[in-house]
Amino acid sequence: MNESLPPFQFYWELDGWIILAGILCAASASLLGSFLVLRRMSMLGDAISHAVLPGLAAAFLLTGSRQSSLMFIGAIVVGVLTSWLTQWTKQIGKVDEGAAIGVVFTGLFALGLVMIVRSADTVDLDPGCVLYGSIELTPLDRYRIGSWEIPRAVLTMAFVLVVNVVFVVTCYRQLKITSFDPALADSLGISSKVMHYLLAALVAMTAVASFESVGNILVVAMLIVPPAAAALLTERLSRMLVVSVVLGIVATIAGHFGAITVPRLWGYSSVSTAGGMTIAAGALLILTILFAPKTGLLSSVGKKWLWGVRVTGEDILALLYRQEERGEAGATAESLSKQLLLPRRNLWFYRWLLGIRNYVRVEKSDWKLTEKGRMAAQDLVRSHRLWENYFASEVGLTNEQLHPPAERLEHFTGSQIRKQLFEHGPSQEVDPHGKPIPPERDKSS
Amino acid sequence: MINSDNSQLHSLPLSMREVTIAYHRKPVLWEVNLDIPTGKLVGLVGPNGAGKSTMLKAIMGLIPLLSGTVRIFGKPYAEVRDRVAYVPQRESVDWDFPASVLDVVLMGFYGRIGWFGRITRQHQQQAMEALDRVGMAEFAQRQISQLSGGQQQRTFLARALIQPADLFLLDEPFAAVDASTEQALVHIMRSLQQAGKTIIVVHHDLHTVPDYFDYLVLLNMRVVAAGPMETTFHRENLQKTYGGKLTILEQVSEAIRNREAP
Repeated sequence: MNESLPPFQFYWELDGWIILAGILCAASASLLGSFLVLRRMSMLGDAISHAVLPGLAAAFLLTGSRQSSLMFIGAIVVGVLTSWLTQWTKQIGKVDEGAAIGVVFTGLFALGLVMIVRSADTVDLDPGCVLYGSIELTPLDRYRIGSWEIPRAVLTMAFVLVVNVVFVVTCYRQLKITSFDPALADSLGISSKVMHYLLAALVAMTAVASFESVGNILVVAMLIVPPAAAALLTERLSRMLVVSVVLGIVATIAGHFGAITVPRLWGYSSVSTAGGMTIAAGALLILTILFAPKTGLLSSVGKKWLWGVRVTGEDILALLYRQEERGEAGATAESLSKQLLLPRRNLWFYRWLLGIRNYVRVEKSDWKLTEKGRMAAQDLVRSHRLWENYFASEVGLTNEQLHPPAERLEHFTGSQIRKQLFEHGPSQEVDPHGKPIPPERDKSS
Repeated sequence: MINSDNSQLHSLPLSMREVTIAYHRKPVLWEVNLDIPTGKLVGLVGPNGAGKSTMLKAIMGLIPLLSGTVRIFGKPYAEVRDRVAYVPQRESVDWDFPASVLDVVLMGFYGRIGWFGRITRQHQQQAMEALDRVGMAEFAQRQISQLSGGQQQRTFLARALIQPADLFLLDEPFAAVDASTEQALVHIMRSLQQAGKTIIVVHHDLHTVPDYFDYLVLLNMRVVAAGPMETTFHRENLQKTYGGKLTILEQVSEAIRNREAP
């Protein structure tokens, strides 16, 4: 344990700017990334953010300066080139899109590395910095506007965010239709190609702007992870865009504080903020996969469990009804446990559940149906015996085979289906075992 | 006489002259000549890989022609976009896309309202009417991933119905849909035809061809035959179209037997 770590303190001047730069980057990337994810082109974000390197190097070698505007132009050119080369490789080489992307972006990235290293002694462009970024240094490099001193990275990212928002808002319908149905879009005169390359150009611009803050590799996470989570949480495009931006922002904030505070719990000093943000984004995606209300793993487990509870509860009611029918005394927990093959401890739960729903009354450990419980059980038993008649007459099952399928289907059978079953057979007074079929309840009374 | 003939030719919904298309130097369509008269319900039929979908795409200029010309109502497609409605193959899109049924239908307006137009209440109402026509009104707000194959196809047809088109191009609308959807689609196509529209449908099932359509185009890279159903749907033409593919030949004979039997 390292006892000498200073206590964590929040400095708005430092942490504020870092978080703001991260938020702007996450929002810009998530907004465009949503369309990459929907177009099944997630890897293109990865490819473009790597392949912009030669564009940067070329812009730099040609002009000898690190002026942002030229870098942007170089990046955009290469971004479009990447996506065009990918299409071209795919067609000419007759390989699938993944292979084409893999060839194109590694090739371009290698080219960029060679270009940088070739001029390493004369220029100040560090490959490591390109890959991992240096968001922690954001507050140091400032730009003066009037009496304000704003970090350059924040200004750049704010510009990128504005461009991306304007693009998505004005081209929303075009992006939507070309993402969903490019053939229809083209037939209506909305060029899916133009939208494809515009999107690629803006992804390239976003990647370049972000490489100073979160780094070239980690921007890929912000392009893909928040939109992937948002896709699981929403059913409309507009909501997906909003949710993915919000998730990106949450990941940024959580990631920054996580990077500083979490390692301290084990006595280490803080870790890379960009790394923290990406891990936070990944964690959000995992949480979404587990807990998403409709698609989450937990909700499907939960639904299964709830269904199981319902079926068991109904089985108890039907069992009590049949006992009443035979004129036997109320059931005890022990007899129920034996007949339903249900552990005694689970019965406590059902005693409570059926009790508060006023289906069952327990008097001196004797389980008895209430009036409401008897009505519910009557529906079930009627369904069960109508099904038995159906299986006997229509499917030709023997009497021994009738019970299991009827037992399963009774839980899915409503009054509509009972009506159809009832009208099906000639006589519906008794089931194949000779047991009387209880009448349909009059629901209006 | 010549003048009136010319004007009639110019107003044809579709006229293709010497159209050739190739992928990787292999021809897909070869010197296709085709004139479709107004107000026909046209079955576009041929074996797999005969170039049926390619032909629809070529009509709309989605695929570059190697040679030849296509005229829609006497004009290049780009000038008469509004008069053509296209229904792509259902499998060509990703149905997990985050959109509702109504969203998808409203896409039919995107071409006309341009960059800065808005989807108005009137558009919404029109879309709802189209959904009602295909029996999907109650599903308007449903997420499209929850639709069955037939419902997906109905949604696509509704999207075409909101376009003020005179020529409808449908790419395999009957592929893997339930029987009631198939009947509903046929019903709507017939009512479109009664309203004077021309409908061209890529179709696979030879058994239903003579019942559904009144004009037939048999395609196998070339146009093997084209004309009214009664004079075009016969053994010789079908054999020419399907060539030596035995299983299909059997299907053809059966189809013809069925037709000749009553």
